Amino acid sequence: MTASLELSGPEASRRYIEAAHPSGRPTHPSVLDPTHQLDSLFGVVNIPNVIWINEEGVIVRPPEPGWPGGRQEFPKEMMSSMPDLGRANGAPDEPEDGPGMWAVLGSGQDRMSYPDAIRDWVSLGADSRFAMSPSDVIAASEPRDTELSAGAAHFELANHLWRAGDKHAAIEHFNSCHRLQPDNWTYRRQAWSLVGNDRVGGDFGRFVQGPVVGEEDDWPFESDFRSEVSSRAVGSYYPATI
Amino acid sequence: MLTETLALTAEQFAMGTGWEIKPQGACKAEVCVPLGGGDFDLAATAARLGMAIVTDEASGVSAIGPESVGDRALATATAPELILNDLDGNEFRLSSLRGQKVLIVSWAPY
Repeated sequence: MTASLELSGPEASRRYIEAAHPSGRPTHPSVLDPTHQLDSLFGVVNIPNVIWINEEGVIVRPPEPGWPGGRQEFPKEMMSSMPDLGRANGAPDEPEDGPGMWAVLGSGQDRMSYPDAIRDWVSLGADSRFAMSPSDVIAASEPRDTELSAGAAHFELANHLWRAGDKHAAIEHFNSCHRLQPDNWTYRRQAWSLVGNDRVGGDFGRFVQGPVVGEEDDWPFESDFRSEVSSRAVGSYYPATI
Repeated sequence: MLTETLALTAEQFAMGTGWEIKPQGACKAEVCVPLGGGDFDLAATAARLGMAIVTDEASGVSAIGPESVGDRALATATAPELILNDLDGNEFRLSSLRGQKVLIVSWAPY
């Protein structure tokens, strides 16, 4: 099953869901998660992310980066339609000898091997070396303390206020959320995407997750996607778990 | 969980968080956290479960954050119920897939 972590409603996700099957209706459950329940209930912090659950309803692998394998690429028209992006005031500096955004995004979890791990579990079940015990599942799930819980609470309030039309109040809560949960990428990218899409629009406005060049002073967040990823270490954005 | 009042009953708390209040404490699947007895007290229960409570003063709406029992996102490996809608607004429940191996793939259109 798939779950789209997007606040804006069905139309934001529709074309991608319908593209998954020639009939326009995938044969697997394809649901919408506007309030990011996957984060609060399971500990999802990034996308794409996969959780494995056995026939008895027991989690055998907690949320982790995962792909279907094969080559992935952005739509050609997407990159050409993106405006030039600047840096948020207050965003971290890109390290001088840093690996750069694309190296960070392309590192970590082995994308090509991930489907083989799934097939191994499908074939062997509990005997698969990839199936974890309940205690290991819990221990491997995301760290969480009351500060991170508060971050999630701020996100839920931001979500509610944005959908109620109070975007200014929502952004204040998004910023509080991001300070408390700096390593939760769905919380950060959702917020950046909402404002980027508001300002740029078009087919790919949601991928504008930072200020357009010349509009940095008007960007309401304390950071942006490119600056954040560029400041991170190789392997840290999609940590290797298999 | 969002709420417009902090005067919640134990039943309302259970419905919103998945933690049922029983004589032995707050329980989810096989995990129970002792509460010390007495009437249901939201603040005390949330504190025991490591749940933050944040209030937006202007709107009066509060959010109760997820639990942080054991300093991990998961207190139990038993998958919680997940209730979400599809594109047509039809309700889907994760428990409907019991009996099959399930992969939950989270994605986003950004």
